[in-house]
Amino acid sequence: MRLDIDNLSFSYDGARPVVDGLTLRYESPEALCILGANGTGKSTLLQCVIGAFKPTGGEVRVDGKPVGAYSARDLARCMAYIPQTHVPAFEYPVIDVVTMGRTSLIGRFSTPSAADRDSALEKLDFLGIAHLRDKPYTQISGGERQLVMIASALAQEPDVLVLDEPTAHLDFGNQYRFVKLVEQLCAQGVGVIMTTHFPDHALELGGTTAVMDGGRIEHIGPAREVVTAENLHDLYGIEVNVERVGRRLVCVPGSLEG
Amino acid sequence: MKVERGLGALTVGALVALPLAFAVGSLALGAYAISPLEVCQIILARITGRDLGVDAMAASLVWEVRMPRVLAAAMVGAGLAATGALFQGLFKNPLAAPDTLGVSNGAGFGAALAIVLGLSGFGIQMGAIAFGLVAVGLAFAIVSRGRASTVTLILSGMLIGSLFSSLVSLLKFVADPTEKLPQIVYWLMGSLSGVGYDAILAVLPLYLVFMAVLFLFRWKANVLSLGDAEARSFGIDVGRDRGIIIASCSVVTALTVSMSGIIGWVGIVVPHLARMLVGPDFRRLLPASVSLGMCYLIAIDDVCRTVSAFEIPIGVITGIIGVPMFLYFIYRRKVAW
Repeated sequence: MRLDIDNLSFSYDGARPVVDGLTLRYESPEALCILGANGTGKSTLLQCVIGAFKPTGGEVRVDGKPVGAYSARDLARCMAYIPQTHVPAFEYPVIDVVTMGRTSLIGRFSTPSAADRDSALEKLDFLGIAHLRDKPYTQISGGERQLVMIASALAQEPDVLVLDEPTAHLDFGNQYRFVKLVEQLCAQGVGVIMTTHFPDHALELGGTTAVMDGGRIEHIGPAREVVTAENLHDLYGIEVNVERVGRRLVCVPGSLEG
Repeated sequence: MKVERGLGALTVGALVALPLAFAVGSLALGAYAISPLEVCQIILARITGRDLGVDAMAASLVWEVRMPRVLAAAMVGAGLAATGALFQGLFKNPLAAPDTLGVSNGAGFGAALAIVLGLSGFGIQMGAIAFGLVAVGLAFAIVSRGRASTVTLILSGMLIGSLFSSLVSLLKFVADPTEKLPQIVYWLMGSLSGVGYDAILAVLPLYLVFMAVLFLFRWKANVLSLGDAEARSFGIDVGRDRGIIIASCSVVTALTVSMSGIIGWVGIVVPHLARMLVGPDFRRLLPASVSLGMCYLIAIDDVCRTVSAFEIPIGVITGIIGVPMFLYFIYRRKVAW
C-alpha cells in the first residue's frame, strides 16, 4: 500500500490548525515511527490517515485514491487501526474478538465461518497467545489485551497497521517485545505506522523516523539520522544525549554528569 | 466442525419450548379454570379443523380473550428485550434501555394527544407510533450537527424524552379530569388488558420486518459493541450501521409501546439475565433475549390479571419486580462489565 499525504491541514475548531500543511510519503511494508511532543497532532494525523477525520485542507491518498472515497469495508483491507486505549466492555472470549477482525472479509449480513475462526487462531498462535483463546478478554492483562487487538488487526489481513502509541501502557519487557514484534511484522510484509513517545523505540526499530512539530513533519529519514541529540533537544526542550552502548544507540535525557 | 458459535440444538429447543410452555400455562390461567391439556386440545381443534369435543365456552375464552393478550405480551416482551440488549451493546452502557432515546416519552405524548383529541383506539395507537419516532428523530437531528458520539446521543435522547414528558404533563393538566385524564394516566402506566387482534395485526407486519433487520445485524452489533474506533477499523460503516440498528430498535419499541403503553425495566432486566446465561455475543444473546422476554412478560401479565379482582397496570409490576432484580445483578457483580 502506498500513502501520499499532501499539504494536509486539520483543525478541530476551524481556527487553530492542529495539522498544518503536512506532507509525507509512505510505502508498505516499511516501519514508520512518528515522534513528537504532547499535543503536536500525532494522533490527529493518524485519524486523518485512517479517514476518521475529514481534512480541512490538503489530501490523504491511499494507493492514489483519496481516503475519503473508500468505503469503510474497502479501507479495512488496506489498513487496520488500533487506538491508544481500548476500553473493553463485554466479556467476549479472546477468540471472538480476534474473529471480529474478519468482518470486512465476510458477507455483509453473514457471520464468520470455521475458516475465519481458523485464521483468527493462526494469528493468536503467531503472537504466542493461543492459550488465551477462550478467556474473557476483559480478564487478561493490559499487555495481553494489546496483543489480542494486534491479532484482530492482523486477522483483517491489512497491508499496514496504524498504531497510536502502542507502547504507552506496556511494561518495560513488553515494550521491548513489542518493538521486536513490529520488526517481525515488517519482515513478513505488513507495514507499521506508529506514533511513540520513546525515541529509543525508533532507534531499536531502525526504520524510518519522522519528527512532528507544530503540525508538520520537521525531519524524516532513517532512524539513526533523525534521532539525534540536537533534534531531540529541539523536540522536547531538554538536554538529550544519544549515546553508544555496545553496538546500540540509546537516548539519555538530562546531563550525563548526573 | 460447527461453523457458527451459535446455539446448540438443546438450547434452541429450550428457547422455543419455554415461551410455548408459558403461553399454554397462561392461556389456562384465569377465573374460569381450563386445564393446560384442554388448552392444547382447543388450539389443536382450531388448527386441524376437527371436532375434538372441546367446550365451546372454554374455546371462545381462549381464542377471544386470553390469546390476544398472551400474543401481545410475547410481542412486547420480545421486542423490548431484544432492543434493550442492542442498546446496551451499542451504547456500552448497562442502563441503556429501548426508551433511552426518548421513544417511550414521545409515544406517551402521541397517545395522550390522541386521547385528548378524542380519537379511537386505532388513532391512539398510530399517535403513539408517530410521536415515538418523532422523538427519536429529534434526538438524532440534534447530534447530527456535531460529531455524533454515543454519549451525546444518549444526552440528547434524555433531553428530548424529558421535553415530551413535560408535554405529557401539560396534556394531563388540560385534559378533561373525569374521562380523559384517567385514560391518559392508565395508558402511561401500561396495560395489556384491552389489546385485541386488531391492535396486534396493525403492528405485526412492520414488527416482524424490523425484528428481522435486527437479527441480520447481529454480527455487526457484536463488532460495534467493541467501540466506534475499533468497529470502524474492522470495516464497519459505524454511522450508517449504528443508525440502522437504532432506527430499527426505535420502530420496534414504538410499535410495542403502541399496543401496551409504557412498560419499563423489561428492556434492562431481561437482557442482563440473558447475558448471564449465554454471554454477550448477539448471535446467542438476541434469540435468548427474545425467548426470555416473551416468558417474562407473559408471566408478569398473568400476575397483573390474576392476583386481584381488578387489573393491575403492567408497567407498575415490571418496575416493582425489575428494580430489585437489577440490584441483585449489581450485587452479584453481573452488571459490572
